[in-house]
Amino acid sequence: MADPVFAALTGAAGILVLIILGYMVVVTTLTAWPAMQSQGWSFIFSTTWDPSRGQYGILAFVYGTVLTSLIALVIAVPFSLGIALFLTEIAPGWIRGPVAYMVDLLAAVPSVVYGLWGVFVLLPGLLQPLAVWLSRTLGWIPIFAGPGSGLSFFGAGVVLAIMIIPIISSLSREVLRAVPSDEKNAAFALGATRWEMITGAVLPRAKAGIIGAVMLGLGRALGETIAVALLVGSREQITASILKPGYTMASIIANQFTEATGDHIRALVGVGVVLFIITIVVNVAARALVWRMVEA
Amino acid sequence: MSVPVGMSAGTPAGAAAGAPAGAAAGNPLLMRSTSRARVVKDVAARVAMWLAALIVLVPVILILYYVAAKGLPTMDWEFLTQPTPYSMRLRGGGFVNGLIGTLLMVVLAAVVSIPLGLLGAIYLVEYGKKGLLAQVIRFFSDVMTGVPSVFVGLFVYTAMVIPFGFGVVMGAASLAIIMLPIVVRSSEEMLKLVPRELKEASYALGAGHWHTISRVVLPAAAPGLTTGTMLAVARAAGETAPLLLTALSAQEIVTRLVGEATASLPVLIYYGARNPFPAGQERAWAGALELLLLVLVFTLLARVASSRNRLWQ
Repeated sequence: MADPVFAALTGAAGILVLIILGYMVVVTTLTAWPAMQSQGWSFIFSTTWDPSRGQYGILAFVYGTVLTSLIALVIAVPFSLGIALFLTEIAPGWIRGPVAYMVDLLAAVPSVVYGLWGVFVLLPGLLQPLAVWLSRTLGWIPIFAGPGSGLSFFGAGVVLAIMIIPIISSLSREVLRAVPSDEKNAAFALGATRWEMITGAVLPRAKAGIIGAVMLGLGRALGETIAVALLVGSREQITASILKPGYTMASIIANQFTEATGDHIRALVGVGVVLFIITIVVNVAARALVWRMVEA
Repeated sequence: MSVPVGMSAGTPAGAAAGAPAGAAAGNPLLMRSTSRARVVKDVAARVAMWLAALIVLVPVILILYYVAAKGLPTMDWEFLTQPTPYSMRLRGGGFVNGLIGTLLMVVLAAVVSIPLGLLGAIYLVEYGKKGLLAQVIRFFSDVMTGVPSVFVGLFVYTAMVIPFGFGVVMGAASLAIIMLPIVVRSSEEMLKLVPRELKEASYALGAGHWHTISRVVLPAAAPGLTTGTMLAVARAAGETAPLLLTALSAQEIVTRLVGEATASLPVLIYYGARNPFPAGQERAWAGALELLLLVLVFTLLARVASSRNRLWQ
């Protein structure tokens, strides 16, 4: 094969990525546009989702997506950072390999297996009793108002947390490893304890990269579909309580798409377009932060 | 580098008086409180990190245990070789329709996305390098790995399913779109590791760009490339949401590639998990075991390939 032909071929393959991404945006937006236009602003700001009367307001799903992802982050971030710091700074050598391997294994489990396990094992074993207990003892706080259910924003958030821990922790590990050991040694030379070395020398250096890693985890949580569809409880509502059933943008698409027709399908594609925009914004910001940290 | 916890115990207490109060709050390195409190804090932090690591291992073990314990009783020859019965209430039958669908779609997606992704990666490393176009492709490939898979499903539905109907090809298309950016970026990382001396030696012998890439660069990077593509395949094999929208599901073994709803392992597991009848749920667990083994085989192949990668040493 002639060199110029091959060069052009590789360039075309590279550009193909851009074309597919662009084409995805255009095609889905055009499909969803009639539904979005007929609803006007109430498509985004209304909470009424009633396909039988042709009303499509997605606010409750946006709320559910954001809420479940935030719950997931609140749980996942401390554990992810804990395990990343453990593996890079304090774990004895022999334990690093096996623990890192186990966490990576968590990343390889398909989301439908998380969903199955979540519904039949975690829900009766932990989520349901915990939700009932929380609503009984802390029910006077609005976010824990009862009656509590495991099939709720909370239940979906917990399973999401387990799914994003390997993502956040493995990226954080890379970022932490990029901190120069000179700076760590300098902290020790100043008389720092190991924890002071971590908070004084490692974390300030790694901050941007860790925020990026967390945001990539957030991006994954926002778009996660199947496990959430099985655990979120599937009710179109906004509640202050995280122990009540709800819906997310991705899970309503999975639940209703196969039975939808006409405008209902267009509206669901519209839900997907809004979800896409949200995840793209989060991902672009995250990539920018991680890139600055790792490549600079 | 191991510094004992109590190393700083000898810090003169007088130093504490000299440090301004404001600085102590900002940077822990300037903090000079009693050394005992600092040691306690250090030990507490270590304990917390150990606990974080141990607690994260709990779900890993629980998931593996339950998938094995609940999947094995139903996983027999019949399950591996028979299609799904028409009712979730019925016992017996299996997921062979899903296994065949998954294998067809994953293989088709791999056949399309791996060569394309590899070509794209070659462009980034050998031609585009640090140029503007290469940086744009790099950035948007990264962004594309973060696109929700259900959105890819919606796209393939509107672009392909509406005109042609559900089918293996549509499911494969959505999996290929999910795999493509992963293959591009992981292959690029591997190609970057090929030493420049190796390429220069090839050019010095009079080889052109194409010959150098096909005879020197690709063979040298082959184990690493295999690792990246196997991980992409493992990811694709476990995807559910896009297949729900593009291949749907079926009780029969697929006979046509286009225009026929096709079962896959993940979608069959999803339906089983949503149904109230024990027989359907038991099949879902066996299906989860089958899918997990399939994914782990690909992940294991990736590990074996990466252990043969001489470029990393």
